[in-house]
Amino acid sequence: MEKLVEVKNLKKWFLIGKSPLGKKELVKAVDGVSFYIEKKEILGLVGESGCGKTTCGKAILRIINPTAGEIFFNGQDISHLSRKEMLKFRKRMMIIYQDPFGSLDPRMSIGTTIAEPMEVHKIGSKKEQEERVIQIMEKVGLFPDQINRFPHEFSGGQRQRIGIARALATNPEFIVADECVSALDVSIQAQIINLLQNLQKEFGLTLLFVAHDLSVIKHICDRIAVMYLGKIVETAPKNDLFNHPKHPYTQALLSAIPIPDPKMRGKREILMGDVPSPINPPSGCRFHTRCPLVKQICKEEEPSLKSSNNIHYVACHLVN
Amino acid sequence: MMKTLLEIKNLKTHFFTHEGVVKAVDGVSLKVDRGKTLGIVGESGSGKSVTALSILRLIPQPPGKIIGGEIYFEGQDLLKLDNKEIRKIRGKKISMIFQEPMTSLDPVFTIGHEIIETIQLHQGLNKKEAREKALEILKIVGIPDVEKRIDSYPHELSGGMRQRVMIAMALSCHPTLLIADEPTTALDVTIQAQIIKLINDLKKRFHTSVILITHDLGVIAEMCDYVAVMYAGQVVEYAEVFTLFEKSLHPYTQGLSKSIPRLNKEVEKLQVIPGMVPNLLNLPPGCPFHPRCSYNFEKCRSENPELIEIEDSHLVKCHLFTEKR
Ligand SMILES: Nc1ncnc2c1ncn2[C@@H]1O[C@H](COP(=O)(O)OP(=O)(O)O)[C@@H](O)[C@H]1O
Ligand SMILES: Nc1ncnc2c1ncn2[C@@H]1O[C@H](COP(=O)(O)OP(=O)(O)O)[C@@H](O)[C@H]1O
Ligand code: SF4
Ligand SMILES: [Mg+2]
Ligand SMILES: [Mg+2]
Repeated sequence: MEKLVEVKNLKKWFLIGKSPLGKKELVKAVDGVSFYIEKKEILGLVGESGCGKTTCGKAILRIINPTAGEIFFNGQDISHLSRKEMLKFRKRMMIIYQDPFGSLDPRMSIGTTIAEPMEVHKIGSKKEQEERVIQIMEKVGLFPDQINRFPHEFSGGQRQRIGIARALATNPEFIVADECVSALDVSIQAQIINLLQNLQKEFGLTLLFVAHDLSVIKHICDRIAVMYLGKIVETAPKNDLFNHPKHPYTQALLSAIPIPDPKMRGKREILMGDVPSPINPPSGCRFHTRCPLVKQICKEEEPSLKSSNNIHYVACHLVN
Repeated sequence: MMKTLLEIKNLKTHFFTHEGVVKAVDGVSLKVDRGKTLGIVGESGSGKSVTALSILRLIPQPPGKIIGGEIYFEGQDLLKLDNKEIRKIRGKKISMIFQEPMTSLDPVFTIGHEIIETIQLHQGLNKKEAREKALEILKIVGIPDVEKRIDSYPHELSGGMRQRVMIAMALSCHPTLLIADEPTTALDVTIQAQIIKLINDLKKRFHTSVILITHDLGVIAEMCDYVAVMYAGQVVEYAEVFTLFEKSLHPYTQGLSKSIPRLNKEVEKLQVIPGMVPNLLNLPPGCPFHPRCSYNFEKCRSENPELIEIEDSHLVKCHLFTEKR
């Protein structure tokens, strides 16, 4: 299998000011993650809020500049490309955001919104652009006669369709879908999930599907990476991860999900405590403050992501 | 003591806006038994919060108004009480917690200040006694290091801790009924699991009845004894929780249940309910679900079905079942 995207030791730190002692304070939002996505694969990136999923997705697309690490797109390192050099890659990689309300310009008609990426990348004539807009609107389940309407006239689910149409306009190979169904009601969420699955097949898209809902991730993804406090703690193909989760955090995360079946009630192990701050993350394994299995070594040494079979990777002293 | 603690009959709460009348709650009937948890589930805008706020008579008026129905609490119709009487019920006998605790906690006061004040107000204790009580209840809801934390400000706490503080505040006067409106929706799943367990434990410990509002069928399965499913301002199905998950009858409940991805069951494609929820300003005639319902027939388009009891404690609002009677 061919890799479309690969990141190696990617870091993104934010400087957020100085501590009272005048020391620089950094949020290590993404702190050394490595993974790849094969062509036409859907990789799920899951973890609780603040663990660095959005930052990771944006850094891969160079919407924000990484602090360190390499990003390969189709074999080429794009992590140091200039703005101008990046331009020819931008149309090949797009993002769909969570908030269908905030991410659309309220003064732009739907047609203009969807056409904008083509405009930016100077793809096609005005007429060709309009034809493409209509074609895509139909693909995502919008009516072409809505082309001159404005975002406020649309419901949340429809706005998400607009966001998807816009992301598809330039015919990209790679899409980061950042919590793109999380804000939707369940009946609408199901419609959008099905739409994404159909589009992925039809266009052979490669997807980084960022979400915090593991049931959605399981339904849609081929392989999954679990993040905790700026690090990836486990990656594995879907069934390996759900049937044999190895990292104690993955196990806890799976156990915490309320199952829509009252017969399963109360059968769970509850993880204690809160997620620590990424400003001063715990030493050693970042999960050690909440880990039910913690040993001395976990507090001292950081475990690296390892695998015995080159498929299922885990960063835990007790597993490796 | 009566088994039923709260019974709502045909509640109608409308909002009179420039665009027209929003029929946010339009004929809701349900009941809550003592010591039990009733879940209210439905998609956003279905009238869950407005139902809850109507119980406490906290509907902003104007534009809102409760225009009909009865809400019996311990046998007394809350809609007939004067303002002074309802204030005595609020916070003391019935308390409420919300999705985002930050908006309901005052940022300028320490968390202790707020709880102590509530306790003093409702229990007539002096400041020192109230502080002791506050410490005790904060300990019960699992705040670590209470002696120190009691003097923290809300922004110094995590979302999960703030929700614990809200629960402490709500429980500080031993209410008979706790209304929790999406109490875990803004929280991460591991924190949600903690809060679910906390509410379940406290309910047993204090024999409190709970109304739990959520859009998440998983949370319903985890916490509730009975469930009311709402759609477009109406209860379309009411049942005991096992019945609801195993033998739901209403096409909307069935559709909802099939449209969620599940960890314990793999499907190739999710089943979808086509279309979207109707505009409450302009409800379709007949059954409000009929434009999305695959079973809909003649009568569904002209007549709104009544909520009727099919079996003991299993009520459905659908012509498929009114016909059979
Ligand atoms: N522009 C920024 N400046 C400072 N901190 C940031 C910025 N963006 C994100 N962060 C911080 O980085 C961490 C990871 O954030 P994010 O990637 O949004 O997480 P997630 O998407 O997993 O919820 C959080 O602690 C967040 O507060
Ligand atoms: N103050 C208000 N003014 C006008 N309409 C309102 C007001 N509060 C609620 N509504 C409307 O009532 C309907 C039901 O709202 P709500 O009970 O909050 O839904 P839910 O809690 O199920 O998401 C919505 O359509 C909402 O827009
Ligand atoms: S009344 Fe008719 S339209 Fe409404 S849910 Fe029942 S079958 Fe469907
Ligand atoms: Mg995010
Ligand atoms: Mg609500």
